[in-house]
Amino acid sequence: MKEAKQMSVSAIQNGTVIDHVPASNLFKVIQILGLDRIENQITFGTNLESKKLGLKAIIKISGVFFEDKDINRIALVAPDAKLNIIKDYEVVEKKVVEVPEIIVGIAKCMNPKCITNFETVTTRFSIVSKKNISLKCHYCEKITNQENLEII
Amino acid sequence: MKNRSLVSIDDFSTEEILRILDLTEEFEKQPIRKLLEGKVIATLFFEPSTRTRLSFESAINRLGGKIIGFSDSSSSSVSKGETLNDTIRMVNSYCDLIVMRHPIEGSARFASEIATVPVINAGDGANQHPTQTLLDLYSIRKTQGRLDNLNIFMVGDLKYGRTVHSLVMAMSRWNATFNFISPDELKMPDEFKMYLDNSGLKYYEHNDFTEIISKADIIYMTRVQKERFSDPIEYEKVKNVYVLRNSMLKNTKPGMRILHPLPRVNEIHPDVDNNPKAYYFEQALNGVFTRQAILCSLLGIN
Repeated sequence: MKEAKQMSVSAIQNGTVIDHVPASNLFKVIQILGLDRIENQITFGTNLESKKLGLKAIIKISGVFFEDKDINRIALVAPDAKLNIIKDYEVVEKKVVEVPEIIVGIAKCMNPKCITNFETVTTRFSIVSKKNISLKCHYCEKITNQENLEII
Repeated sequence: MKNRSLVSIDDFSTEEILRILDLTEEFEKQPIRKLLEGKVIATLFFEPSTRTRLSFESAINRLGGKIIGFSDSSSSSVSKGETLNDTIRMVNSYCDLIVMRHPIEGSARFASEIATVPVINAGDGANQHPTQTLLDLYSIRKTQGRLDNLNIFMVGDLKYGRTVHSLVMAMSRWNATFNFISPDELKMPDEFKMYLDNSGLKYYEHNDFTEIISKADIIYMTRVQKERFSDPIEYEKVKNVYVLRNSMLKNTKPGMRILHPLPRVNEIHPDVDNNPKAYYFEQALNGVFTRQAILCSLLGIN
């Protein structure tokens, strides 16, 4: 390890570190990436102090490297997340997440009269605004905004 | 347009909309043509809508097509708990095109993704009713001779009325100016005003009828529904403010026409009916020709 300072979550040798996750959305990130269903070693810390986010969470996943399209799925709940790709304890690459144009199967439509809330339909949204995330349902055409965003 | 579905008016380009309107004109000249001979059209009405269903069935009959379907979900397998997915898969193999009305929003888009035959949305909850929009456009073009640069007045329930929402979106393609007359409780939602702002189109909001209607090319009336008000006293206060009477039409333009998706309750006084500016019953008849044009376009006939 290069850094002398104390780490809240111990370092990994190879894998991915997801930093700057809002603490309140840690478990949503875990759920979206399916981290609760893999067998790799995962360590995380939450309610850590962050100047930017207030309270942040950090996740370290050993032996996993994500495709961009998979990692961008967390943009809805962790738009400021930063990824460090670790090889042999060194950061070899840094990535930021990008909000995709189309969101498939992550968010729930807030319209109680939408077909996606009645039948088994994979939800699908286009992004109307990336700044204050707002999603337009492909089916009922209603807008779901950040305050009402629910992850399936 | 062959083998495409019509779920939302935005599914069609401006050119495609104009092509449907031109074809509608042909059907108005000659409505009885056996173009659908040998075709089976399913009309699935998961909620009753007598007017829309009869208009579609009249259009299909005049084209010589055969109809299967139901007019109310209580008489279908839905009452046994069948999913929409299964109903559509089954009906899909029995017919050449599906016309569907359903109370749940987005159901028509979902059906169009399951079906291999074209699906026409005949209304999905408060979402879309594109055949109504096309017949409104046809009525506007026919009475005004054009769609460009018109001053469109919309009156009544502008908050929940899907017909006015779709018409705003559609008419914004032709540089319309809009005047919205409604009680505060039923104002045009912000998302549509934002859309007009972004498109650089002018709109004005009013709380009641004034001399301003002398500028109208089209007055589009809608019903103010009692069930939209949480406070019945509020309804009683506004229900008579939005009634159009013959005496109010004195200073309106000679070519102005009054449209209404029907059914009306009291928002257009019967004394307007004999005024040549009243166009709502002809508008309903145009619906049959428009639906003939849509059916044939989606089936690739003509």
